[in-house]
Amino acid sequence: MGPVLELRNVSKHYPTHPAVTGISLAVNRGEFYSLLGPSGCGKTTTLRLVAGFEEATEGDILLNGRRINDLKPYQRNVSTVFQNYALFPHLTVRGNIEFGLKRQQTKDIARKVSDAMDMVQLNGKEDRFPGELSGGERQRVALARSLVLRPDVLLLDEPLSALDPILRKQVRAELKSLQRRVGTTFLFVTHDQEEALSLSDQIAVMNGGRLEQVGTPQEIYLRPASRFVAGFLGAMNWIDGIGIRPEATRISRSAPNGDARCVPGTVQHAMFLGNCLHVETILHNGDRVVAEVSRLDGSFESGENVHLWWNPADELLLPRVLPHEVQ
Amino acid sequence: MTQLRRLFLAPASLTMGVLFLAPLAIIFVYSWLSRGVYGGVAAKATLENYQRLFDPLYAVILLRTFAMAAVATLGCLILGFPLALFISRAGARKNLYLQLVILPFWTSFLVRTYAWMFLLRDTGLINSALQSAGLIRAPLPLLYNNGAVFLGLVYGYLPFVVLPLYATLERLDKNLLEAAADLGAKPWTTLTRVVVPLCAPGFRAAALLVFIPCLGAYLTPDLLGGSKTVMVGNVIQNQFTTARDWPFGSAVSLLLMAVVMVLLLLLIRRNGEELI
Repeated sequence: MGPVLELRNVSKHYPTHPAVTGISLAVNRGEFYSLLGPSGCGKTTTLRLVAGFEEATEGDILLNGRRINDLKPYQRNVSTVFQNYALFPHLTVRGNIEFGLKRQQTKDIARKVSDAMDMVQLNGKEDRFPGELSGGERQRVALARSLVLRPDVLLLDEPLSALDPILRKQVRAELKSLQRRVGTTFLFVTHDQEEALSLSDQIAVMNGGRLEQVGTPQEIYLRPASRFVAGFLGAMNWIDGIGIRPEATRISRSAPNGDARCVPGTVQHAMFLGNCLHVETILHNGDRVVAEVSRLDGSFESGENVHLWWNPADELLLPRVLPHEVQ
Repeated sequence: MTQLRRLFLAPASLTMGVLFLAPLAIIFVYSWLSRGVYGGVAAKATLENYQRLFDPLYAVILLRTFAMAAVATLGCLILGFPLALFISRAGARKNLYLQLVILPFWTSFLVRTYAWMFLLRDTGLINSALQSAGLIRAPLPLLYNNGAVFLGLVYGYLPFVVLPLYATLERLDKNLLEAAADLGAKPWTTLTRVVVPLCAPGFRAAALLVFIPCLGAYLTPDLLGGSKTVMVGNVIQNQFTTARDWPFGSAVSLLLMAVVMVLLLLLIRRNGEELI
């Protein structure tokens, strides 16, 4: 069976600027697929192209192998969870969840609504209006309203960004377990690399309207295809053009044994983060290197001369810094 | 702070007090007095003015006024909503269209009503055009009837409907329209199930802005309705001019005001602050 959603060389150019250029990707059935990138990278435009709110300037969008470029949003079997949820304020929770079912003129609306309410644990709130719900509850209504239609792909536009940070982590876990339970394909847009890494089966990293890399969370974190991906997925140390993640960078007062690579440096500052320390050092050539060390490994004073070392297996081999890439 | 607030409120309070409340008080007093021989009032208290209001003749006029105002309001809403919707989606041309909606205000309402008379009368533009085209033999009775008054009121108050509805449509969250389409609603369904219900406050504001002045309209029924379509505004006008019965005119004015106030209070009670 082919991918449920496929984009072939899709571009969206506005008169003023190109938003998306030559995107090709394939989403398999049941996958949690994330579009990750900084704001303005074209990820939301890509989502809107799939939903049908924007028309592609070039390329094909295929749903179940069928080209859907010319279908209106209401003709496409995809559904969107909006960033602000876009719940109808004049309808109750039930009214919102029924809305799409009534358009389909399906039978058993009452049972389907009640199943959807069970699924997102909103029982007893059927007659509330969106204005009377908390942020997390509103998000669940938005999910139920879309999932009840059994879309081929559920499109989620930064659905966690409207929640406060504590709630966000909890809802993130709920979202993943919900996706596993219902088995619906999720296309998830986010700028938060931690969100993308923790939730996704596949991640497509976007930058400047183009696709930088597609892969599993492990692949893009551990084997980034570009300096941009490496830097966007997490902090990076650049030592002679070799990239090392701070958590793979070790620090010690004496030189390490074995085949570890090692450079000398001077401690500038140690930042206490609770579960770990970020020790910022300066190499002899002036480069800054941060080592993430356990609190149990002791403390480091500024001005101390130390050895920075790492396992060669942790090196990320990437093109050397080009002059215009230096920030 | 409170002093500053009082200072800022003073001009408006003074204007309202002198130009609105004081005349209202005078009218209230007049309504309990007797008619003067040459107009004005005689200082003799009486209940007669209010008793006359129970004459079925005035009940008929009042009912007719309400019916006409209601139908005209409905006409304005039906014509105004699509127009407001069109303007709200006109992109760069929005401002041009809004200016066009307001353009009639640059000419006096009286002049515009006279223009309608020239269009509608037996020898007017419409009838002569239809006659010279051979479509009709005798002129159509376009002027001096309920239809002409309805037309004049709808014409006069259409901008008052378009502007609040446009403002409401502009404030509408565009995501909601996309969400409706996303959930399978065709454009017409989105309009009837999402846009119109969400514009309810705009509809209420627009309806009030038209209905209340229509209740008190006298120029339009006077010029376009002739003697057949007398509305309560014409009765009031008559009492103060030709009939020279100021006390009775005052009583009719107060009745109209009371009715409007009761209606407003009922609406506010039902809809809370949303109305304003």
